[in-house]
Amino acid sequence: MGTLRKKGTLTIVVMAALAILPPILLWSGQAFYLDLATRLVILAIAAVSLNLILGYGGMASFGHAAFIGIGAYAVGIPVYHNTYGEFEIIASYSGLFQIALAVGISALFALITGMICLRTKGVYFIMITMAFAQMVFYLFVSLDIYGGDDGLVIDIRSELPLVNLDSPLQLYLLAYGSLVVAMLIVRTITRSQFGMVLQGAKGNNERVVTLGYNTYAYRLTAYVISGAMAGYAGALLGNFTTFISPEMMGWTRSGELMFMVILGGAATTIGPVLGSLVFIVIEEVFSSFTIYWHLPFGIMLIIIVLYVRGGLVGLITGGKKKRGK
Amino acid sequence: MQPLLKITGLKKSFGGVTATDDVNLEVEEGELHAIIGPNGAGKTTLIAQLCGALKPDGGAISFNGNDITSKPAHSRAGLGITRSYQITSLLMDMSVIDNVALAVQARSGHSFRFLKAARNISHLRDEAMIALGQVGLDKRADDNTRELSHGEHRQLEIAVALASNAKLMLLDEPMAGLGPEESKTMIEFLKSLKGKRTILLIEHDMDAVFALADRISVLVYGRIIATGAPDEIRFNDDVRHAYLGEE
Repeated sequence: MGTLRKKGTLTIVVMAALAILPPILLWSGQAFYLDLATRLVILAIAAVSLNLILGYGGMASFGHAAFIGIGAYAVGIPVYHNTYGEFEIIASYSGLFQIALAVGISALFALITGMICLRTKGVYFIMITMAFAQMVFYLFVSLDIYGGDDGLVIDIRSELPLVNLDSPLQLYLLAYGSLVVAMLIVRTITRSQFGMVLQGAKGNNERVVTLGYNTYAYRLTAYVISGAMAGYAGALLGNFTTFISPEMMGWTRSGELMFMVILGGAATTIGPVLGSLVFIVIEEVFSSFTIYWHLPFGIMLIIIVLYVRGGLVGLITGGKKKRGK
Repeated sequence: MQPLLKITGLKKSFGGVTATDDVNLEVEEGELHAIIGPNGAGKTTLIAQLCGALKPDGGAISFNGNDITSKPAHSRAGLGITRSYQITSLLMDMSVIDNVALAVQARSGHSFRFLKAARNISHLRDEAMIALGQVGLDKRADDNTRELSHGEHRQLEIAVALASNAKLMLLDEPMAGLGPEESKTMIEFLKSLKGKRTILLIEHDMDAVFALADRISVLVYGRIIATGAPDEIRFNDDVRHAYLGEE
């Protein structure tokens, strides 16, 4: 019980810091840190969505960045056509339309690929999710109209009611609010009856099937929810960077998302956020010393995976040491 | 009256090994039917085909008048077949009561319910506690399943089967690995279920089988060589020859 309370405190502390620090840093003239925090929070939304299937569902998707890419292009493409003409049906500056498109297409993509991927297990699942993501990657590389390999500049940010995304602070607050909602969604789902089936199937699929659950349908549902959320994160990321390219959905990006979830603590509410935080900090700090910053990051990840059960959350709240099997 | 479970001409082989060889078996409603047989006779393979984990090569299984031969495992469970495992198969990362509550939850059809926290749904917890109480595990409800002893794991397997409120319980060696005291408790407990549940029991422990079963079928090399009341089986020459040993 003590661990549970510590986890709750940790969640509140981290989320409070994310709510208060970046605006303060902005007002004290450190706009760079708000930028960093915005990237962190948007990536955290994607990591939280991945945690639903990876942490709670045991589905190690190596293609999650594809949803981010789809979400980002769902902003970029309507803007492009609204500015330069053609393909009028989807031409729009409306943020609500773009977000609906991002979420809808991501969900559809998750449904179609999930139906196939979820027939496999373990390493095969990892490979096939990666294969689908690479398919999307090469699709956008081949689409010259949207810049292909070179990417696409989003000239005008999504137009939303109430918020103006051209204001860095408002964009940050929207991303932060979205992160909180994403965390609440995942938390609610995983505690529900649906979540119990999902988590049961992660530990022992056959047992849960024998109880009478078609676990395939439950997993697929979680996969679609997770994909839709990551698509939403992609729409925010597009608005943040205002430059999108196929590179943002490469397999290394998917790998980074997995790192964040596992490093922070899979199947915990705050874990993916913590993982993103550490990832961003390490990326910033180490990449200023050396371009080989992935090396210390990799070593750290290996140590966490081998010796700490429950990632950084486990380390901080004193979760049990990993048991040998 | 038609039997609850009817197996006709069931066949299953793995490569050259015939694990189920033209098995015909009927289990009446309310009876405790035991299947005995030496190691490798195909007992667990038979159970796996009944619950849908394995596909038979031929033959038919009918349950409660429905042909379920090609039904997937989850819909068989929905019709009222549950099983326990010879090698403990529980949700080790969840609490004891979560294991049972998930079985209770399965009875209400689907679980595509996303909002209310499952642990706050009192009727799920209450019914799970009743099943845990029946096997004497109620005091350990909130413990992590991994921390239970082997004997307690076996009890929990039974509690899960009970909670699913199945018409037919397939119990695969519930006594496996239990000490003499624990076995005795388990036998007493299964005895208390007699008449209330239809049970197909697979068991190595002969004392248990003869103490519990209404009827016994003897499986040898995938074939059923005899079916009958315990006394008939005890004095059946074929059975003595093939299985009980040539004393």
